[in-house]
Amino acid sequence: MRMDKKIRMKARKVEFFYGTTQILHGIDLDIFENNVTAIIGPSGCGKSTFIRLLNRMHELVPSARLKGEITLDGKSITSADVDPVEIRRKVGMVFQKPNPFPKSIFENVAYGLEVNGVKDRHFIEDRVVSSLKKAALWQEVEKRLHDSALSLSGGQQQRLCIARCLAIEPEVILFDEPCASLDPISTHKVEELILELKKDYTIVIVTHNMQQAARVSDHTGFFYMGKLVEFGRTEDMFTRPREKRTEDYITGRFG
Amino acid sequence: MKIKVKRIKEILGFGVLHVCMLCVLMILAVIVYDIVSKGSGVISWDFLTKPPVDGMTKGGIFPAILGTFFVTLMTAVLAVPLGMGCAIYLNEYARDDGLTRFIRLSIRNLSGVPSIVFGLFGVALFVDACHFGTSILSAGATLGLMTLPLTITASEEALKTVPRSYREGALALGATKWQAIRYNVLPLAIPGILTGMILGLSRAAGETAPILFTGAAFFLPDVPNSILSQFMALPYHLYIMSTQHHNIALVRPIAYGTALVLIVLVFLMNLVAVIIRYRLRKKGNAHG
Ligand SMILES: Nc1ncnc2c1ncn2[C@@H]1O[C@H](COP(=O)(O)OP(=O)(O)OP(=O)(O)O)[C@@H](O)[C@H]1O
Ligand SMILES: [Mg+2]
Repeated sequence: MRMDKKIRMKARKVEFFYGTTQILHGIDLDIFENNVTAIIGPSGCGKSTFIRLLNRMHELVPSARLKGEITLDGKSITSADVDPVEIRRKVGMVFQKPNPFPKSIFENVAYGLEVNGVKDRHFIEDRVVSSLKKAALWQEVEKRLHDSALSLSGGQQQRLCIARCLAIEPEVILFDEPCASLDPISTHKVEELILELKKDYTIVIVTHNMQQAARVSDHTGFFYMGKLVEFGRTEDMFTRPREKRTEDYITGRFG
Repeated sequence: MKIKVKRIKEILGFGVLHVCMLCVLMILAVIVYDIVSKGSGVISWDFLTKPPVDGMTKGGIFPAILGTFFVTLMTAVLAVPLGMGCAIYLNEYARDDGLTRFIRLSIRNLSGVPSIVFGLFGVALFVDACHFGTSILSAGATLGLMTLPLTITASEEALKTVPRSYREGALALGATKWQAIRYNVLPLAIPGILTGMILGLSRAAGETAPILFTGAAFFLPDVPNSILSQFMALPYHLYIMSTQHHNIALVRPIAYGTALVLIVLVFLMNLVAVIIRYRLRKKGNAHG
C-alpha cells in the first residue's frame, strides 16, 4: 500500500451561504500534495461553489458568506487579514468555459506575470514558452504567438488558459469542469496534461464524467445537496463505495 | 390559405414600419434641407473667421465658434473623468444595496431635469458660491453637470457588456480588482464609454439655457483669453439673432448660417464618436 502524501489544503466545518440560502453544509475535506482530487456530484450540489472557496473567488458575489475554516499548508486562507490576491497566486483556477482574454496568445500567458509586477522581458518570454510547453500547446502556437487568442479552437483555448495559469507557478490548480465544452480528442489531451501536471502541482478537478474522475484522480469527493457524502481514494470509491448514494451516482442509477 | 394570410400580415406589418421610418427620415431631411438652403448662402471664409461687425448685422461668427469649442472642451475636461469615475465606482465597486440603487435612480432622474434649471443651479453654485463668475469655467461645469447622467449611464452600460469571465480570469491570475478593471474591463468598455461621452458633449455643445446665465455673452469683440473669461457661443448667438436682435429680419441669414455651422459641428462630433467606436472595436477584436 502506498503512503498517503502531505496534506496541502484542508476544509474544516465549512458552511457556505448565498444570502440566507445555505449551499454547503459542514464540509470536511483534505487535498493531498501532488494528487488529483476529483469532486463529483449531481448538478447544483455545490461543487463549483466549493472549489471557488479554495481561492476565494466566492468573494466576487456580494451576498456570499462563509463559516468554518480553509487552510493552505496549515495557514488559514479565509481570515480577513489574508489578501485574496496572495491566495490566488498560489491557488490557480481554470474555468469551465475557456476564457482567454481578447489579447494575443503571448499576452494571455504573460498577463499573470505582468499584473504580479514582473518587468524583465527575457524572464517573461522564457516563462511564456515554458508554460505553453507544459500545457502541450507550444507546437501548435509557436509560429503565431502574436495572433489573437480568440483565433484558437476551443480545446486550444482551454490549454491556453491552463498555460496562463501555470505561468504564475501556482502550487494548487483548481479545474472546474475543464473539459465540459471540449470534444473527445481535446478532452483526452487535457486529461493527459492533468496527469502530467500532478507531478509538480496539487490538483482539484470538478467533473461530471465518472470515467474521467476514475482515469485522472487519486482521491474523490462525492457531493450531494451541499453535503460531502463520501470522500476517499478513487479506487476504493469506484470499486467499493461505503455509501449507497455514492454507488447509485457512480453507476448512473441516480434518481 | 392560412399561410397566405400570414404572409399578407407580414407584408402589411413591414409596410407600416417602413412608412414610420420614411417619415422620420423625411422630417430629418426637411430640417437639414431648410437649414442648408437658407444658411449656406452666408457661409464664407470670412463668416467663419471674422467677428461680427456693425451691430452684428455683418461680419462673421468666429468668436461664437471658438467659444463653443472652448466651453465644450471645458465640459469634456470636467465631465469625462468624473463620469467615468462614477460609472466605474457604481458598476465595479459599490455594493448593490439600497444606497447604490438610490444613487442610480437619482442619476437617471437628473437627466429629466430641464436644462434651464441646471442653468440656475450653475449660477448659484459656480458663478456665485465658487466665485468663478460668468465664465467658460462656470458654463463648462454647468454643462458638465447636465451631461453627467447621460455619460454615467452610457459608461455603466458599456462596463456591463464586458463578460464576467474576463474579470474572473484576471482575478484568478492574481490581479487586483483595479488591475482587472484597468487591463481587462476598460479596454473593452472604452469604445462604448467614449461614444457616450461624445454624444453627451455634442448635446452640451448645442445647449443654450445652461450657459445663458453662467458665461455666454451677447457680443464680445475679442476671443476669450482665460477660462475665467466670458465667451460667445453658437447656440446663444443663434438665439440672439433670431429673437433679441434689433433687426431680426435683416440678420435672418446670419441666424441660419449659425444654425448650419452648429449642426455641422454636432454631426462632426457624432461622426467622430462613430469612427472611434469602429476603430477601437476593430482593434479590440484583433488583440486588445
Ligand atoms: N451567485 C449565486 N447566488 C445565489 N445562488 C447561487 C449562486 N451561484 C450558485 N448558486 C446556487 O448554489 C447552488 C450550488 O451551485 P453550484 O454552481 O456550486 O453547483 P454545481 O455543483 O457546480 O453544479 P453544476 O454541476 O451544474 O455546475 C445551486 O443551487 C445554485 O443555484
Ligand atoms: Mg459547476
